[in-house]
Amino acid sequence: MAERILMKGNEAIAEAAIRAGCRHYFGYPITPQTEIAAYMAKKMPKIGGVFLQAESEIASINMVYGASAAGMRVMTSSSSPGISLKTEGLSYIAGSDVPALVVNVQRGGPGLGGIQPSQSDYFQAVKGGGHGDYRMIVLAPASVQEMASLTIKGFDLADKYCMTSMILADGTIGQMMEPIVFEDEEPKTYEKPWALTGTECKRPHNIINSLYLKPDELEKKNFERYEKYKLVEENEPMWEEYMMEDAEICVVAFGIASRVAKNAVVAARNEGIKVGLIRPITLWPFPKEAISAAADKVKSFVSVELNMGQMIEDVRLYSQCKKPVALCNRTGGMIPSPDQVLESIHKAEKGEF
Amino acid sequence: MKTTQILIAGFGGQGILFSGKFLAYKGLMEDYQVSWLPSYGPEMRGGTANCNVIISESPVGSPIITTPDVLIAMNTPSLQKYVDTVVSGGQIYVDSSLIDVKVERKDVEAFYIPATQMAKDAGITTLANMIIVGHLLENHPELSFDGTADVVEKLVPPKKAALKELNIKALNMGKDYKN
Amino acid sequence: MATVFEKPKSLTNAPFHYCPGCPHGIIHRLVAEVMDELGIEGKAIGVAPVGCAVMAYDYFACDMIEAPHGRAPAVATGIKRCRPENVVFTYQGDGDLASIGMAETVHSAARNENITVIFVNNAIYGMTGGQMAPTSLPGQVTQTSPYGRDVNHCGWPIKVSEMLATLEGPEYIARVAVNNVKNVKNAKKAIKKAFENQIAGKGFSLVEVVSACPTNWGMTPEAALKWVESDMLPYYPIGVYKDRSAKEEE
Repeated sequence: MAERILMKGNEAIAEAAIRAGCRHYFGYPITPQTEIAAYMAKKMPKIGGVFLQAESEIASINMVYGASAAGMRVMTSSSSPGISLKTEGLSYIAGSDVPALVVNVQRGGPGLGGIQPSQSDYFQAVKGGGHGDYRMIVLAPASVQEMASLTIKGFDLADKYCMTSMILADGTIGQMMEPIVFEDEEPKTYEKPWALTGTECKRPHNIINSLYLKPDELEKKNFERYEKYKLVEENEPMWEEYMMEDAEICVVAFGIASRVAKNAVVAARNEGIKVGLIRPITLWPFPKEAISAAADKVKSFVSVELNMGQMIEDVRLYSQCKKPVALCNRTGGMIPSPDQVLESIHKAEKGEF
Repeated sequence: MKTTQILIAGFGGQGILFSGKFLAYKGLMEDYQVSWLPSYGPEMRGGTANCNVIISESPVGSPIITTPDVLIAMNTPSLQKYVDTVVSGGQIYVDSSLIDVKVERKDVEAFYIPATQMAKDAGITTLANMIIVGHLLENHPELSFDGTADVVEKLVPPKKAALKELNIKALNMGKDYKN
Repeated sequence: MATVFEKPKSLTNAPFHYCPGCPHGIIHRLVAEVMDELGIEGKAIGVAPVGCAVMAYDYFACDMIEAPHGRAPAVATGIKRCRPENVVFTYQGDGDLASIGMAETVHSAARNENITVIFVNNAIYGMTGGQMAPTSLPGQVTQTSPYGRDVNHCGWPIKVSEMLATLEGPEYIARVAVNNVKNVKNAKKAIKKAFENQIAGKGFSLVEVVSACPTNWGMTPEAALKWVESDMLPYYPIGVYKDRSAKEEE
């Protein structure tokens, strides 16, 4: 087995990207994700790759757009306010059907907000953010190991479906160190006949574009794209279930919140309360099936989030409001304690919502 | 399952994060599950800094420590802030050359080590943190003092090779200190 | 029978959508002729802007991409950094390059990004129907400066070539015009040099082409070309503003 090493979550993303064959990184500094850029700046020149610090988040996402159109595995990373600036580019990338990997190590918002961990960009990532009908694959790592494995997975999914994969992490997972193992695996490669390589005067020109002035053409394109999204929804949801077999209360949490929630689930089990955890790993596609199945057997849900209650809307949606859903949350960079989650579990057990 | 939650707190520049890294690496080398979480932000020097290290026989849940088993306090505000969060039966390590208050709780074990003064006397001013860590290791046989040199080797970059010996010296001073 | 005139290979057969009298057709043709002459159609990758030239991707026969408004130099940077062996150019108007995309313009020039930028300055927003541009002249009447551009209210037009020439970074900055035969010929020379510079690895080369917009200026094509001569060129003089290699050779 490969060696266990200690690594920061942000560095794990960068190292995993390189191992996934990414040789182009474009970014702009912002706390708490700057370690990714620093790692790339150090490594890329040594392996024939490109690290470029752009003049803005807007420029960096457009460099990603260009590099991806040129057929390369490429990424950018930022944190919440920076992602807002990138959403224009994300919409163009979606509208042009090119792959990209974008990392959001979330911090508190809105506005300049704060720099402490947050999950308040759930809506932005999962429900859109940019203009137009589009989706992104949203992956929510809960450990340093997953920062790496989901980065590699994110590149593969992006290439497979020609769309953006977003790693929706938070300041805690980004800044913390944990043991991590990198397996020696060759990166997967995908044919990209649409890429801008120069025609060599041997084929008609490739055009990467999101402009369709005729509404019927744009409609057709959007319908086609949603067929693709349907495949993603069918094939790619990922989640973890913990102690759900006999659970009567289902805690739902992702990322750092899921780790806090797990502590609370263990504590509640020690008190004899039948509680389990569903941890969505893909936030889009959302693990509808898991929530829907749970709705038929548990008495209630508790959604644990570092925001004012965003994922809870999807928990309600996919449980079809069959069972009550309580919110256990902190925001602004604060993190709920296991005791706070335990208290919410106690309340749910008593039927207090 | 045994889990030790260690909270290290002090001023920026006291090597708070480094000593946390050392403990996390030591745990890793002893085949435990570990997590290391720093406070982060603009106060890199001179402000407050703290660091959460969890060393466990089972996978680490939340990396955020709210009730530490072990507190290392490197300044008075940190001791005052966290003294009541330590679990009953826990340990508190106090740098007594910087902190002149005592731990009043009777349900915890307190260790007073004049680490900053000891470091100054030994000409290793910046390594008070590692003196305390050395003393902590002596009290935690599950982490074992053996192999500390290998951890230092991993953590100190080649550019600062001279610091390796000094770190080991500090760790040994802490180990040999009689409270 | 000898062919004396034909469509450049670097243009597709798609008919231009440009208004009658619009010089975009001339400028497209100059770029295409240069690509033909340099034999780079097969390795060129063009970046279209947002603005009247948004559909340039249909007209140039090389690989093309359409960039968000103002971001063409960033998109081109991404492509060129991935494919340094290809020839990458942007084709942008004044709103795109000098207003919303000024940061991308300045920074790609400062990095001496090895790309070619064709900057069409016609002192107005054409595609949206004739609003004030960052290059609209003092006193110029547009839809959003109906009483004439008041410089005390909305500032002065930006002389992009002069401004970029103050930077250490860029290799070549020139301003040309396409209002008469002589100027068209000189414009082609400058465009060719801007592409040759890239092929030689010299770096950022921008050609500002002073153009006209008869439709939105409310003039006949002929009157528009005269207005270029009488009003535009005095404010935006033709010339080479930076040519590092030529200077080094001196």
